[in-house]
Amino acid sequence: MSGIHDFTLASARDALKSRKISAVELTNAHIDAIERLDGQLNSFITRTPDQAREGAKVADEALAKGEGGSLCGIPLGIKDLFCTNGVRTTAASKILGNFVPPYESAVTANLLKDGAVFLGKLNLDEFAMGSANLNSAFGPAVNPWKRKDSDAKLVTGGSSGGSAAAVAAGLVLGATGTDTGGSIRQPAAFTGIAGIKPTYGRCSRFGTIAFASSLDQAGPMARNLQDCAILLESMAGFDPRDSTSVDTPVPNYEASLKRGVKGLRVGIPKEYHVEGMPAEIEALWQQGMNWLRDAGAEVVEVSLPHTKYGLPTYYIAALAEASSNLARYDGVRFGERVSAPSLDGLYEASRAAGFGEEVKRRILIGTHVLSSGYYDAYYLRAQKVRTLIQQDFLKAFENVDVLLTPTAPSGAFAQDEKPTDPVQMYLNDVFTVPASMAGVPALSVPAGLDARGVPLGLQLIGKFFDEETLIAAGHAIEQAAAFHHRPTIHAGVSA
Amino acid sequence: MSYRITGSTGEWEIVVGLEVHAQVVSEAKLFSGASAEYGGEPNTHVSLVDAGFPGMLPVLNQECVAQAVRTGLGLEAEINLFSRFDRKNYFYADLPTGYQISQFAHPIIGKGKVLVDLVDGSTREIGVTRLHLEQDAGKSIHDQDPTRSFIDLNRAGVALMEIVSEPDIRSPEEAGAYLRKLRQILRYIGTCDGNMEEGSMRADVNVSVRKPGETEYRTRCEIKNVNSIRFVMMSIEVEAQRQIEVWEAGGTVDQETRLFDHVRSETRSLRSKEDAHDYRYFPDPDLLPLVIEQSWVDELKAALPELPEAKRARLEQEYGVSRYESSVLCVEQAIADFYETVARGADARLAANWMLGDFFAALNRTGRSIEDSPVSAEGLRELLGLISNSTINGKIAKEVLEDMVETGESASAIVEKKGLRQVTDTGAIEGAIREILAANSDKVAEYKIGKDKLFGFFVGQTMKAMKGKGNPALVNETLKKLLSE
Repeated sequence: MSGIHDFTLASARDALKSRKISAVELTNAHIDAIERLDGQLNSFITRTPDQAREGAKVADEALAKGEGGSLCGIPLGIKDLFCTNGVRTTAASKILGNFVPPYESAVTANLLKDGAVFLGKLNLDEFAMGSANLNSAFGPAVNPWKRKDSDAKLVTGGSSGGSAAAVAAGLVLGATGTDTGGSIRQPAAFTGIAGIKPTYGRCSRFGTIAFASSLDQAGPMARNLQDCAILLESMAGFDPRDSTSVDTPVPNYEASLKRGVKGLRVGIPKEYHVEGMPAEIEALWQQGMNWLRDAGAEVVEVSLPHTKYGLPTYYIAALAEASSNLARYDGVRFGERVSAPSLDGLYEASRAAGFGEEVKRRILIGTHVLSSGYYDAYYLRAQKVRTLIQQDFLKAFENVDVLLTPTAPSGAFAQDEKPTDPVQMYLNDVFTVPASMAGVPALSVPAGLDARGVPLGLQLIGKFFDEETLIAAGHAIEQAAAFHHRPTIHAGVSA
Repeated sequence: MSYRITGSTGEWEIVVGLEVHAQVVSEAKLFSGASAEYGGEPNTHVSLVDAGFPGMLPVLNQECVAQAVRTGLGLEAEINLFSRFDRKNYFYADLPTGYQISQFAHPIIGKGKVLVDLVDGSTREIGVTRLHLEQDAGKSIHDQDPTRSFIDLNRAGVALMEIVSEPDIRSPEEAGAYLRKLRQILRYIGTCDGNMEEGSMRADVNVSVRKPGETEYRTRCEIKNVNSIRFVMMSIEVEAQRQIEVWEAGGTVDQETRLFDHVRSETRSLRSKEDAHDYRYFPDPDLLPLVIEQSWVDELKAALPELPEAKRARLEQEYGVSRYESSVLCVEQAIADFYETVARGADARLAANWMLGDFFAALNRTGRSIEDSPVSAEGLRELLGLISNSTINGKIAKEVLEDMVETGESASAIVEKKGLRQVTDTGAIEGAIREILAANSDKVAEYKIGKDKLFGFFVGQTMKAMKGKGNPALVNETLKKLLSE
């Protein structure tokens, strides 16, 4: 047995149950790691060590009695988009100021009910808008991975960048993420961890700060799919407080790891061979096909003809909703207010000071596409195309069980390589957005390193509410890839 | 007769459509569990959903949907089994989320109608275009502090029904009759209390004018938030007059939103079409489309109370009351119920006369409503029974009713106590008449040579002598007999 930081969530759970380790020990080790390393990573916006120790004590009492839920004593990090009762929630925006919600989000309440211990609130792109975690009012989260030949700070991906960095660096055993167009999968790929975006409606949105309501979905991020499965089982479930939450039973996701992929039909969408994709990503994709084939699956080509419309329609649909969802941040009831002599002046000053550049850009685009005279050409057409994209998937799933694609068109890039054209930045989401638009579940698993030693991920996309098949297929890749690389900055390594 | 306004260039017709905002009677708000009760200390009926807190989501209140469907059924309207909620986006301090959830493209209720009664006895059908559900906003209070405004969110999120009429209304009178009839239907069904003073019913009035015979509508103006039927009627007149003057001076009416100032009796421009908000309507992604079952609609329909028109027809048929009487008796359900209690077991026609006459007069005099009437329906029925069985006559009955109102005692107790029982003893009547005739022999002589109208004099003298207790029919009959002797 090596150090405490070699635990996965699953092995820590087992060690806690068998009392090989106490929850307080486990939690303290993680608090120490955060104190040692997070100065370099900036993955936390708010740390809650006292609350965590308190939670760990309660967990130990339960464990001592042989009680406690599935996550009893497990230290987690929470993306700072989930409202947490009594703990500041920022959405990485200045506009929320020191907002402390008097309520708990459904997802975090589920985790707490199962005994989880929260170490704090994790960094993200402001209001989950971004693909590199460079748009945070609290500064960027930093990828714990380095290129072999350079000390340049790499981006974590986004928007769940803090979650990805904290998990990868071993500061937490797992984290919550949210995924609107790739915000779990792409940072998971960039940091060499696993992440699941469940089917839309699988996890309640109650108490999660909205970006784009029809796309937002909470999901787990952890070092492997077993850990993700354990977390998802706790996070998921029907909630009457969210009208879009779906009342369907939550299966035992962890058990689906053992299903195997024999006879599984894996589709390769030919439209995902986009121009300009690095050869090593094409090669990794091919490798993934081979792994699945070797594990007994059948790999076939499929067509998702409307793929190329995914990004533009996503940026219309999502931003239209965002422009309306963010209207409530007006300086009147909570968060930061900049006083002005008139009501309109108060709105303008508060929102000008409170929102960052990218959020403002997106509010403007979203407002534009809903405007009278443009609605039909943009919003309405995007909705129609969205239906077509969904039909692409439904049609493909008549023939195959899952789809395999790369998660992102590149590995993590350096902070100073950030494209100056925001649309270039949006291309990071080209492979993740279509599944979001369709509402189907998808995950990313680490599958290898690129030539410069930076992790790359593969994406699997599944049928509605068939996360189990997705996890089974993902686990087959995990086993074949045997990804045991560690990032440069890691709790188990003396820093 | 069609309503016309005469300008310098001749006659004008007015065209009016009304958008009525009716607050739904419900325990909780449209999308939250907070109380929808009127009043309360500021900001005490507010949930985190109503206040637009981060991550809060709307959940549709089924009772409000049922109320809208019931109302639709009362308006004989199409019930849309598929409808949808949209966001209407605009910034205002009393609109916490920055958007109002409403139904724009797909309302829950489609075309319906309201039958209105006019003073000349005619009826007109006013079309209803649609009814949709939406949230109310909060209240901004500007007069408490020189530099600050205050916000009360108690009303924020309360369910409203917006009921839009066709531009079928052609006079202020029709507008008033439409609003009264609509309010009556809503109250019957129990979906809105129709209390305009408390703002639970308000109207936006769309007015345009045109020359009689023109088939196209001219540009209309919308008068916002008029809060009484009288002001609706006044504002139509004033606004129509203004528009006629504009047209007749060679100008054109601009489409705009206006406010009615009842003190100065004028409308004023609030904002022009150019300044109109771009509400950026789009389907609310937090809510699924609203799909209801026909079987549920049928259940609601079966449980609906009798509606005003049906009740009128039944009262006319069952009790033989006139069209006019039925309209008065059916103004409120409670009045119709009261009437039916009286009329069952009494002379129904007599009951209608008494309700519309002395009984309503007594209510007015005492300032009571039918619900807290000083005389119960059973009490009134007993009184009418005493008339019908000739225990007392009508004149005495009026006195008895006054006593009943004052003392709360029953009619028979008052009659007994005061000895008001009518005299039907022909011997006593004849004796009294003979005394009167003997004392007025000169007048008897005049009567006999043709001065017929002295008959009334003899009746009056006889009743006076009998302290009003003589049976009028017997007195008449006996007088005729004795005068012809």
